[in-house]
Amino acid sequence: MANKAPAKADVLQGTLDLMVLQTLDSMGPQHGYAIAARLEQVSGGALQLNMGTLYPGLMRLEQRGLLKGSWGTTDTNRKARFYALTAAGKRELAREKQAWDRMTAIMQALLRGQA
Amino acid sequence: MLTLLEWFRRLLGTLGSHRRDDDLEEELRLHMELAAEHAARSGASPAEARRVARVHTGGVSQAMDALRDRRGLPWLQSLVSDIVFASRQLNKHRGASLAAILSLGIAIGAATAAFRLMDAVLWRTLPVASPDRLHALGWDAITSQGDRGYRDDFDYPTYRRYRAAAGSRAQIIVIGSASRQDVIIGTETERAIRQYVSGNVFATLGLQPVLGRLLGPADDEEPSRRSVVVISYEYWTRRFNGDPQVVGKTFRWGRNVVEIVGIAPRGFTGTEPGRLTDFFAPATMNTQALNSAGWSWFRIWVRPNDDVSPEQVRESIQTQVRLDRQQTVKNLPGSASGPIISAYLNEQITLTPAGAGVSSAQRTFKRPLFILAALVVLVLLIACANVANLLVAQGSARAREMALRVSIGAGRLRLIQLVLVESALLALCASIVGALFSWWAAPFVVSLLSFQEPVQLVLDLDWRTTLFSLFLTMTVTMLFGLAPALRASSVTPLGAVNIRRDPPANRRLVRSLISVQMAFCLFVIFVSGLFGTTLTNLSNRPLGFDQNHVLVMEVNVRGDKQPPQVWEDVANQIRSLPGVESASSAMWVPLTENRWRTPVAVAGQQPRDEAPYFLGVSPKYFDTMRIGLVAGRDFHIGDVPPALGPDNQPIPGVGIVSEAFARAYFDTTSPVGRLVTVNRDNIAVPMKIIGVVGDAAYYNMREPMRPTVYVPTDARSEAALVVRTSGDPLAVGPSIRREVARVRADFIVTNAATQSAFVQRQLIRERLLSTLSLFFAGVALLLAGIGLYGVLNYAVIRERHEIGVRMALGARASHVVARVTNEMLSPVGIGAVIGVAAGVGFGRLVESILFEVKATDPAAIAMPVLVLAAAAAFAALPPVVRAVHTDPAQTLRSE
Repeated sequence: MANKAPAKADVLQGTLDLMVLQTLDSMGPQHGYAIAARLEQVSGGALQLNMGTLYPGLMRLEQRGLLKGSWGTTDTNRKARFYALTAAGKRELAREKQAWDRMTAIMQALLRGQA
Repeated sequence: MLTLLEWFRRLLGTLGSHRRDDDLEEELRLHMELAAEHAARSGASPAEARRVARVHTGGVSQAMDALRDRRGLPWLQSLVSDIVFASRQLNKHRGASLAAILSLGIAIGAATAAFRLMDAVLWRTLPVASPDRLHALGWDAITSQGDRGYRDDFDYPTYRRYRAAAGSRAQIIVIGSASRQDVIIGTETERAIRQYVSGNVFATLGLQPVLGRLLGPADDEEPSRRSVVVISYEYWTRRFNGDPQVVGKTFRWGRNVVEIVGIAPRGFTGTEPGRLTDFFAPATMNTQALNSAGWSWFRIWVRPNDDVSPEQVRESIQTQVRLDRQQTVKNLPGSASGPIISAYLNEQITLTPAGAGVSSAQRTFKRPLFILAALVVLVLLIACANVANLLVAQGSARAREMALRVSIGAGRLRLIQLVLVESALLALCASIVGALFSWWAAPFVVSLLSFQEPVQLVLDLDWRTTLFSLFLTMTVTMLFGLAPALRASSVTPLGAVNIRRDPPANRRLVRSLISVQMAFCLFVIFVSGLFGTTLTNLSNRPLGFDQNHVLVMEVNVRGDKQPPQVWEDVANQIRSLPGVESASSAMWVPLTENRWRTPVAVAGQQPRDEAPYFLGVSPKYFDTMRIGLVAGRDFHIGDVPPALGPDNQPIPGVGIVSEAFARAYFDTTSPVGRLVTVNRDNIAVPMKIIGVVGDAAYYNMREPMRPTVYVPTDARSEAALVVRTSGDPLAVGPSIRREVARVRADFIVTNAATQSAFVQRQLIRERLLSTLSLFFAGVALLLAGIGLYGVLNYAVIRERHEIGVRMALGARASHVVARVTNEMLSPVGIGAVIGVAAGVGFGRLVESILFEVKATDPAAIAMPVLVLAAAAAFAALPPVVRAVHTDPAQTLRSE
């Protein structure tokens, strides 16, 4: 059968959506490689996405109507598929961010309290 | 919401509107190139850079797999491709598929029709509030003759007492029987079905009017001074075209002009499955009956109030029942028989759930419907076995294909899915055929149930029927599909190389399926034979009278009882009408399940256990019915029956006895002129025998001719006018009705029917059972024949090489025939034996509804066996001929 994503990717799943949406929000429409490169750069190399995780993730966001993909050309004049945030994507990003902030605040309070 | 969108897009993806593979691959390729360039920028050689990029990004093919899974719905995708594949398979074997679909379809349709009927008659709950709390009162009654029987009819004084006894524990309601009435709407006389109800019925059932108002406690005043009715929604739309102004309109019903005050809610068609009530009238409108003890004309239903159990209500009513019984016994003449009295005192009232309504149709048809449902299930199983055989045969032909699928990595579950999808597709097509069939069949069966009084059932195709068909289709799919699916999926990749065309396990399965089919088939034929013989025997039994051209009019007299002379005058008037040959009257006519029995003693003889039947008739009754006068004379006006006077003094009378009576009481010597005594309320009244007539059927069709005594009729308030006509009796009916109405305004004709209708009505159950079981036997035989043919034909094709070799070596045709048929002989034989055994066992169970035929009669056993043998031989003929005509040279070359 098709290769199932490893357990590590499952942890990543929820956050991957948020990272992709945030990246596209701050950088504007981007193709897949640029998104991956950006995330790798921001994480200082800690986050290396393989294609089997990234592209199905992008497809899922597109199926949910949060992204819109279309073919275009890169700076180096190559044909690439660019992903842009939709209005729904922007709303979802705002919601996810809020949820994330709340969660991290809770986690921090919890962890500090224990220390 | 978002997830819904996602699923929708994936569904679209499955169905083909999605990004194509090369589109996805191009995107991934760019990613790889950019990654490689990135690696090259940090100094790697081009080859090294590509390797790094591949490791880093995880490779195109894995990503493609993940994308494809994400793009659509993988399981749906495989299902769709299976369905496409399966429909191609079915199309390829078009003939076999069509046979399978048709046979399954008819079986499913018959089962659905049976379910619809049973649901409509027995199970569907009334559209009322908390139907599960409704109960009908009844009791196991004992007659003065000592006969026992369930009764659920009550009189109004009893209703008042029970209502008082239950007090605040329960709602006690009057549910009148649904009965046909003449009504005049505008100028047209027509028939409508009426139910009397008490004022609390609609509130107790929680019903709300569509228009106007329903009946309420105010309509219970005794006697009712207002004539109001509520009509059913169905009657409103059918008869009044849904006229919104109908409330306030009036129509004539009998001698009343009644006003429509409201319309009952849609779907509430009364409380008797089998009859749709048109209008509801307050019980108190039946003024004459309100204070008549013993005039039983309705059922009593009970709905316990909240927090009261049905048992508590029963106990409070039971107390009243016992008090009533004690009162009655006190008033009896002293000499009544002891055991019967004590049984009478101990009669127990019962509460039966009434949520699905209560009707005589339920009682009459419950058992036949269950028997038919059982036969339907057997036919369905035969059809399933056919399809299973077909699939097994195809399955072994497809073993190579299956093995190939296994060797390229298809899992076992995947193969099972493939075969099951094929079965489900068959079943789905069959269930469509079945739906069409049941759409036709259910009303057809209802028409079989109806005779003279149409049986009306609500046969809407509702969710229950749909659910049932769905469930049936799925069960059937599992039944015939699972075994072949498991068998097909058990192939190994190795099997693809060295496969046995026909593994022994398959043959065993096919053989046992044939046995089962034959057993079921024989059973169904056997049972249908029993029911068919029963109907023939009953229809052909001598009745002793000529039922043709006889019209029977049941008459009720408004007011006082009328003496025989008045009845005779009416009969005389009818005789003068054109088309009438003779006319007379009787207490009732034969075969209406009315009877009157009382003991007769002959001086110098031992008293007898069994009392003869009695019937009061007018002069010329024997003429009209064409019952032959054997000796003596007919009655004259002025003859009196043996009776009791006002102070219980015996008044001697005359009587005419049947030949059976003469034989039983006087040992064939002509008893004309002899004196016997008749027991009337335990007082012996002398009766002189003035004549002897031929035997005639009396109570029902099943009884033998029993000793019968005819006596002159007394003054009566109800009787039947019996008229022999020269042509069609129903054609003369209206003129007779008019004549009766003209001569006696107080004579109300309550029912007019032909005597043959009464005979036919006795046979409804038998006709239903025999017609339908014959039909099922035919279907079963056809299906089993097709099954046997298919299996044998397949065997001949499979073994044509072997047969060819044997024939080349000089085998005779008889040898070839034996080889082909031997394998099937034992399953057919075993099946037949099991079928006969089951049939004989079943015959014992239903002995009470058979007539002059036993399950152990040699003829009853021989007939189905011969029929089955003939069908099996017929089915085997084409394959055997094919085997004998095998050309050795050709088959050997083809290998």
